[in-house]
Amino acid sequence: MVDAVRRLGAATSGTISDLGAMARFLLKVVRDALTPPWRLLNVVDEVYKLGVLSLLIICVCGLAVGMVLGLQGYNTLERFGATQSLGAVVGLSLVRELGPVLTALLVTGRAGSATAAEIGTMVATEQLDGLRMMSVDPVDYVVAPRAVAMLLVMPLLTALFIVCGIAGGWLVGVRLLGVDAGAYMTSLEHAIDLRDDLAGSLVKALVFGVLVGWIATYRGYTSAPTSAGVSAATTATVVVASVSVLIFDYLITALWGV
Amino acid sequence: MSRSPGRDLLVGVFVLLGLGAIAYLSLAVGGASWQRRGGLTLVANFDELGGLKTRAPVVISGVKVGQVRAIGLGDDFRARVTLDLDPTLKLPADTSASIVTAGLLGDRYISLQLGGDPKLLANGDTLNFTESAVLLERLLGKLVHNMGTTDKNSQ
Repeated sequence: MVDAVRRLGAATSGTISDLGAMARFLLKVVRDALTPPWRLLNVVDEVYKLGVLSLLIICVCGLAVGMVLGLQGYNTLERFGATQSLGAVVGLSLVRELGPVLTALLVTGRAGSATAAEIGTMVATEQLDGLRMMSVDPVDYVVAPRAVAMLLVMPLLTALFIVCGIAGGWLVGVRLLGVDAGAYMTSLEHAIDLRDDLAGSLVKALVFGVLVGWIATYRGYTSAPTSAGVSAATTATVVVASVSVLIFDYLITALWGV
Repeated sequence: MSRSPGRDLLVGVFVLLGLGAIAYLSLAVGGASWQRRGGLTLVANFDELGGLKTRAPVVISGVKVGQVRAIGLGDDFRARVTLDLDPTLKLPADTSASIVTAGLLGDRYISLQLGGDPKLLANGDTLNFTESAVLLERLLGKLVHNMGTTDKNSQ
């Protein structure tokens, strides 16, 4: 009995000290990112790895999600004779929820896991210790550019996902099912508000960018210097980042009031 | 690390694509626009809006000529609706505005009927002739009430 209570206490204090370590890590990354040297070329390289290489999967998934929304929305709206509002259904779902959330989940799987594995391998092969020996701060040189690139990439990928999704809905709704093209675009434009919907969507994308970049780099940086440690760091990144993206999605939606 | 120019170009193209997508969403889809600035602004007071919202269209003979910019409560506790119209419109001073519904249960919008006054409305003027929204519930209530009284009369 006492043992169980002790274990509970250990787990609680472990969680709290873990959160504290994460917060201190974030503070250090932010400070290193904001103070010179800025390592802009490293950021460009990371934007290539996180953004350009994720472009294809984002566009394909966006198109597929838009097409499914068009099909499902059409079948439901047809019962009420309201297929004219198909554009509003597709656009609002994409802009408010599916765009930012699915983009964040895809980027977590595609780029967040790779980032964690890369940094974790650097830890395991003592490359970060090598940097330290040359008195190069590994957080400044390796971690900060990746976190900054993740923050920059997420809104851009989200916007591209939404545009591809709208195009996918247009393909199915207008080309395949015969909704009027003008009605599709008009109901879309009429339903989506700049401040409530689009600004909220970009805020979500920015928050998710911070979250995924933070979790991926932290897990990689603190991984145990073994092959099992790297694999555990990668798994933890995908799981923790996905769950926190979904939780923060609810919180932002509730606070933003959309 | 040696720089590869091809990779930098791809990053540049990617950033431009992303910014283009954000611009397309906010301008074409979100309805942010600078072209509407300098439009004709008119004010109309109504007794009942019946669910009219901002960004609802304003039409003349079914053609969209502007949209509702703001809705507020006036000093006389009537709804004060600010309309944002195409600046090239020349509307006579006795133009009237009515709130109508697209279909039986559709969205509310404002329809303008032109009068014959030779004087024209200027920016910031108030429309004097307005027709409020017809509330279907109230209409049904009235109908049921009237049916009740006619039944009594016939007995």
